[in-house]
Amino acid sequence: MSRIHVRTTINGDAVEYLCEAGQSLLDVLRDDLGLTGTKEGCGTGDCGACSVLLDGRLVCSCLVLAAEADQRSVETVEGLADGDRLHPLQQKFLDHAALQCGICTPGFLVAARALLEKNPTPSETDVRYWLAGNLCRCTGYDKIVAAVMDAAAQMRKG
Amino acid sequence: MQFAAPRSASEAAALLQAEPGDARVLAGGSDLLVQMKSGALRPDLLVDIKRIPGLDAITAEDGGFRLGAAVPGARLGEHAGVRALWPGVVEAVELIGSTQVQGRATVAGNLCNASPAADAVPALVAADAVARVFGPRGERDCPVSDIPVGPGRNSLAKGEFVASILLPARPKRAADAYLRFIPRTEMDIAVASAGVSLVLDEDGRCTRARIALGAVGPKVLLAEEAAHCLIGTKLEDAALAAMAEACSALASPIDDKRGTVAFRKQVVGVLAKRAAKIAQDRAGGTK
Ligand SMILES: Cc1cc2nc3c(=O)[nH]c(=O)nc-3n(C[C@H](O)[C@H](O)[C@H](O)COP(=O)(O)OP(=O)(O)OC[C@H]3O[C@@H](n4cnc5c(N)ncnc54)[C@H](O)[C@@H]3O)c2cc1C
Ligand code: FES
Ligand code: FES
Repeated sequence: MSRIHVRTTINGDAVEYLCEAGQSLLDVLRDDLGLTGTKEGCGTGDCGACSVLLDGRLVCSCLVLAAEADQRSVETVEGLADGDRLHPLQQKFLDHAALQCGICTPGFLVAARALLEKNPTPSETDVRYWLAGNLCRCTGYDKIVAAVMDAAAQMRKG
Repeated sequence: MQFAAPRSASEAAALLQAEPGDARVLAGGSDLLVQMKSGALRPDLLVDIKRIPGLDAITAEDGGFRLGAAVPGARLGEHAGVRALWPGVVEAVELIGSTQVQGRATVAGNLCNASPAADAVPALVAADAVARVFGPRGERDCPVSDIPVGPGRNSLAKGEFVASILLPARPKRAADAYLRFIPRTEMDIAVASAGVSLVLDEDGRCTRARIALGAVGPKVLLAEEAAHCLIGTKLEDAALAAMAEACSALASPIDDKRGTVAFRKQVVGVLAKRAAKIAQDRAGGTK
């Protein structure tokens, strides 16, 4: 069976790959493109560890086919930091100890960034509802929410 | 398995028609890809309809709105016009999954997947929405309530797909509402649900009502007798009680770990009653 040729943009760079019809975007990112920041928790849309932006929209990359990314733009956690300079969200996750095992962290960072781009002044309730599709088995969420609120405050100051 | 992303509706219909095996429309994939992963489905062909021009648009039409079949739920919530005209449909759609799922899940996919617990469906049926079906022989309009026929089964013929859904215009002093019961606050499947759409007259009397029930039968149920209990009333307690009783009587749910038959029958009446009060309030009938 012939493989599908996809031309896409990932974190601003033009990327081409060949994929199978049934292969998920998550699998291509991790296994073929070496972008292993995006994690697989469940593979069924429930945990959010695989969160990426597709044409600017927050989605679960486990529930996107790699072939669907043709001529679209994908942003992953690897696009968050500016070289060695961490994104404010990344720094605040460290400052607040908002991670333990860390498997959920890339998904939370990508999802939180999408929230702050849409709403720079979220309430704690806004943050909790927006992140309801990101599961964490370790932290109990409070530190994650605090880190996002703090990052939002810092980003508003510029 | 093959994957195709046609650039026109006729090409999509031709591909779906020509495939001798199992051909599936791919919209947001939030049901389809999960079903494929679990092994429940092994399609031979996926037809991604999201690149068909026009299918990703919400357009005003005759005082209502036409929702293209490729529009994800999140876009509905961001659309002030749809929110104002059909707040109950928007609140039903916004209950679907997480932010991530909202970025993909479509209203047409929710309908065509034909889960009895699908959240958008009772709200669409209460709204008297109309699906525009595109197929090898052209277009036809179909009431949304006729699309699902039973759990996981819809009435579309081979080669056909839903291209858009029309949320019709509505008179002044009219509104809708949707409520579901789940054991938690987010990310769960309805145990019972109700969508209610009302039209009131100048005095606040109900002149038209449509009530649709979810998760209490093999497909969405249109509760006509229940709706009739509200006509000519101002939704006084007695009218609401009669309406709730008619909903409970109509419901024919299953028993499972999520809820018993008796529980679902009772709760669906309570939900319809509360949704009717919200719709009445939104229509300005309590002022
Ligand atoms: C984590 C998670 C949580 C969820 N929570 C909810 C919830 O709370 N409530 C709820 O109701 N649902 C929920 N769902 C289910 C799902 O998100 C919805 O049913 C969604 O609306 C399906 O739309 P889709 O565009 O993703 O459909 P797809 O998965 O693309 O398609 C679903 C089915 O419909 C067919 N289809 C799709 N579009 C068309 C069309 N235009 N014409 C003909 N056939 C078509 C497909 O072939 C497939 O069989 C959840 C799913 C996940 C993964
Ligand atoms: S891996 Fe995609 S949501 Fe869990
Ligand atoms: S830090 Fe372990 S799952 Fe969140």
